[in-house]
Amino acid sequence: MELQKFTYDNKIARLFMNATILWGIVGMLVGLTIALELVLPLMSGGVSWLSFGRLRPLHTNAVIFAFVGNGMFTGIYYSAPRLLKTAMYSELLGRIHFWGWQLIIVAAALTLPFGFTVGKEYAELEWPIDIAIALIWVVFGLNLIMTTVKRRTKHIYVAIWFYIATFVTVAVLHIVNSINLPVSLLKSYPIYAGIQDALVQWWYGHNAVAFFLTTPYLGLMYYFIPKAANRPVYSYKLSIIHFWALIFLYIWAGPHHLLYTALPDWAQALGVVFSVMLIAPSWGGMINGLLTLRGAWDKVRESPVLKMFVVAVTAYGMSTFEGPLLSLKSVNALSHFTDWTIAHVHIGALGWNGMMTFGMLYWLMPRLYKTQLFSTKLANWHFWLAKTGMLFFAIPLYFAGFTQSLMWKEFTAEGYLKYPNFIETVTQVIPMYWLRVLGGTLYITGVIMMIYNLIMTAKAGTFVPTEEDEAPALEAQPVHTDRGHRIIEGKPLLFTLLALVAILIGGIVEFLPMFMIKSNVPTISSVQPYTPLELEGRDIYLRDGCYTCHSQMVRPFRSEVERYGDYSKAGESVYDHPFQFGSKRTGPDLAREGVKGGPMYKPNSWHYNHFMSPQKMVAESIMPPFPWLINNDLDYSSIAKKISVMQTLGVPYPDGFENQAKDHLLKQANEIAQGLRNEGIEVADTKEVIALIAYIQRLGTDIHKTDNTSAFTNK
Amino acid sequence: MKIIATALEGIAGIEWYPIIGLFIFLIFFIILVIRVMNLNQDDESEYSQLPLDNSDKFMKEQKNHVN
Repeated sequence: MELQKFTYDNKIARLFMNATILWGIVGMLVGLTIALELVLPLMSGGVSWLSFGRLRPLHTNAVIFAFVGNGMFTGIYYSAPRLLKTAMYSELLGRIHFWGWQLIIVAAALTLPFGFTVGKEYAELEWPIDIAIALIWVVFGLNLIMTTVKRRTKHIYVAIWFYIATFVTVAVLHIVNSINLPVSLLKSYPIYAGIQDALVQWWYGHNAVAFFLTTPYLGLMYYFIPKAANRPVYSYKLSIIHFWALIFLYIWAGPHHLLYTALPDWAQALGVVFSVMLIAPSWGGMINGLLTLRGAWDKVRESPVLKMFVVAVTAYGMSTFEGPLLSLKSVNALSHFTDWTIAHVHIGALGWNGMMTFGMLYWLMPRLYKTQLFSTKLANWHFWLAKTGMLFFAIPLYFAGFTQSLMWKEFTAEGYLKYPNFIETVTQVIPMYWLRVLGGTLYITGVIMMIYNLIMTAKAGTFVPTEEDEAPALEAQPVHTDRGHRIIEGKPLLFTLLALVAILIGGIVEFLPMFMIKSNVPTISSVQPYTPLELEGRDIYLRDGCYTCHSQMVRPFRSEVERYGDYSKAGESVYDHPFQFGSKRTGPDLAREGVKGGPMYKPNSWHYNHFMSPQKMVAESIMPPFPWLINNDLDYSSIAKKISVMQTLGVPYPDGFENQAKDHLLKQANEIAQGLRNEGIEVADTKEVIALIAYIQRLGTDIHKTDNTSAFTNK
Repeated sequence: MKIIATALEGIAGIEWYPIIGLFIFLIFFIILVIRVMNLNQDDESEYSQLPLDNSDKFMKEQKNHVN
């Protein structure tokens, strides 16, 4: 057979490698900053773009899409051509992909801290950036799939399947969850509302974990562990079965993020059952990864690369065992809204993604620079620091989670909440938050050591921009009679299509009934759209990331009904574009905040003073002050457009109301501001705080109204 | 979303589509498992060698060096 010569481009792998290192340290430092802000709430100094609510989305986006994203692309651009025995399809597409992705990250860093956000977790980026993501993602997918088409290997190795599944599914998830109607260049509302929006969001959110943080890294595992251990994967049969089972089952499990919420029971049950089933394919992957090292454990003792991989795969196993546990309703009743979730996701992020990335970088850098690692000792130090850091991070947060949840639920012998003041349950876990800071610091120290080690390695060697290889053309290779799974593997486009079908089925099963059967979201006649001022206030609530610390979902537990008021109904959020159920209660739930006579109600003046200085109202509060709400004038210039967009989305404002919206807004603002002035607080009508107070005082009140006539007639 | 819901409601028997989809996948999966279990040992070993198959000059040069 005639051998064809071709080259592998190391430059693109190096670009992504440098990017993952840079954004990794940035994302982690932002994480450390917000961890510190939770124990030192005045740290942000009243600067809006440094506050927790603005930086937390930056942290999650930076770590997921910048650190892990560039990490996966590093591995894919290095491994895919070598596994397929060809150069990447297009060097130009690779460059567009790289620079486009970095521009998206920069755009995220320039918008999220300044409050330009959709307000849906991990999908915060505004619509122009969403479109850019979709386009760049297609560039990546095209390059990947066309590379598989022009390959010189008969068989497509399992790592490539995981890469293809990643491309297909993330494209579907991103597009479906990001369909928004723009109000302006940097403001839009999702087309879904309330419980439907929640379902779409957590279908996306859960599968972003599955197909952005898991499947590409499983692909990397199937390439880099055999490489580093110099032995083949334990069971190739297991890899085929666990691949199909994983991509099919994962997509159904999203509703486990919404247990005990207003989501219909059937959808919750579906999410639980499929989540439990997920243990099988997840552990199939873990076992396959770990058993690849059978007979090579002596190497693990000596190689920091393998050490990192072993901890990564073990963390994956722990995380994917814990995930199904957390999705059991009885466990979820305890864990949800607490720091338990934060601990769980960081076992995945720091352990699985972090350690896999570090192992890959330590393996890759010497190869790209044709030298040896500068210091194995330093890499071992990094390993131990990262491992200790993870434990110091996660274990205290598990305790914080248990503690807080048990305190929320505890009753006295007389039948009253034992800790009726939410703040008591916060102060109890502050020492754990300090330990988390320590854990994060250790972990980041390790990363800094790695950066030094990698720079010194690069300095000691010479970069190899391209590597030559040779293989016979695919057509020249002997034709086997294709059997079984081989038929699919040999046809990348058919394979891609089947993967797409597998992941679409679960989504459709979940969505169709939710969108079509009206009985799933019973309407409540007293629930009405927000007034223009409340809508502006809601946008401020989104902008400042209030949802990162406050939920708006009272679950049907005695402890929650006692603490917050009546449990939340699906019909209450039908005009919420986007929904604001939240996922974490660093502060109390706000779903019934405005109910006069309810356990959560506070007067307007309390809220005003609380935004100015939370510690003035609750001495031990860890909420940062929001002085800009007091100082900033409310920008209501686009209120007519906002109302129009809401009307297009099906929110029943009366015809022509967009033209009256401004007057309506000013009238309501004057009423609230006058009330505050009567209490001695000097405030102008059109400050941002007035709108936010209007929104907060509206929360949860609709079902308590006795008068069901429209709030918008003759005002 | 009303636009989508209205369009979907017009399709007769739409509620069966997901169930049919699930069954198609299950049948695919069962056949897959049977086929995979019967995979030729030689083929399996050939596939799993793919990452190691590259002429990784670096590894050869560094044969005696542990990372």
